[in-house]
Amino acid sequence: MKLSEQLEVDNTSDKFIVGSREFNSRLLVGTGKYKDFKETKDAITESGAEIVTVAIRRTNIGQNSDEPSLIDFIPPSDFTYLPNTAGCFNAEDSIRTLRLARELLDGHNLVKLEVLGDKETLYPNVIETIEAAKVLVKDGFEVMVYTSDDPIVAKMLEDIGCVAIMPLASLIGSGMGILNPWNLEIIIKNSSVPVIVDAGVGTASDASIAMELGCDGVLMNTAIAEAKNPIMMAGAMRKAIEAGREAYLAGRMNKKLYQADPSSPTSGLIK
Amino acid sequence: MKIWINGEIKNFDENLTVYNLVKEIGVVSKKFAVECNGEIIPKSNLKDTLVKEGDKFEIVGAVGGG
Repeated sequence: MKLSEQLEVDNTSDKFIVGSREFNSRLLVGTGKYKDFKETKDAITESGAEIVTVAIRRTNIGQNSDEPSLIDFIPPSDFTYLPNTAGCFNAEDSIRTLRLARELLDGHNLVKLEVLGDKETLYPNVIETIEAAKVLVKDGFEVMVYTSDDPIVAKMLEDIGCVAIMPLASLIGSGMGILNPWNLEIIIKNSSVPVIVDAGVGTASDASIAMELGCDGVLMNTAIAEAKNPIMMAGAMRKAIEAGREAYLAGRMNKKLYQADPSSPTSGLIK
Repeated sequence: MKIWINGEIKNFDENLTVYNLVKEIGVVSKKFAVECNGEIIPKSNLKDTLVKEGDKFEIVGAVGGG
């Protein structure tokens, strides 16, 4: 990017577009694992996230209808819900779950598809993911898809019509950070839809690194919810995403391996 | 009549609409979706659909998740 172009970068116009929707925040957050709904709400508010993932589960029978629910604290009118298929291990269950989610959310069609392959690692089953994605896209869903960091699979999911490709940085809930930045860079380079790191982020620097690589966004849950102070961590993540995005747009200096380059003038030294 | 709701067997009187079933089990004020024998019942049809002996219902809501 030329200097003149760099100077024209205006962050207020740096919109994050996913499918037919437009957002300002590039941080997407989960709503699980918090101490209570108030903490969920406070952390999400502090994070500045506009897209929140939710899980679809059986309601408690005989539940008191006055009992507060997630929806009371995180109203779908204030946030874009992203229902997920967490806990689904095949295409059929995930399709069924998201059709229920669409009915539940009055026709809302932006969803997160994740088909897991094994209970230990929660690694995605990409074969089932691809099958489910085909059916869901045909059925009118805007599918944001959790996948491995395999660039070929990522491209296949994009070609099917998924609106965002969401490769893992490391295992779900592990906080191990970005294990394969090289693969993420290949996926980003090849993709014409947003690439969002989903899973594995542990702390603010992980989020910044993802954004500096050129990711369009980062989705996280445990890194905030399991921090000692989730609300403070939510703020840290908001800043990390913004810093990483700006650093990416600003265009980092070239790395000069093993070669120093003084920042102060080399002439005019006193003798 | 005996029906299944979320994996549990429950007893209800005959001539019960799905809408009233959902109301009786206390989830009507929340956002929910109903599936009967594998088919989604749209919200607009809940009042017109009668519960039948042996029906298998799944009633779901949104909960915290990542």
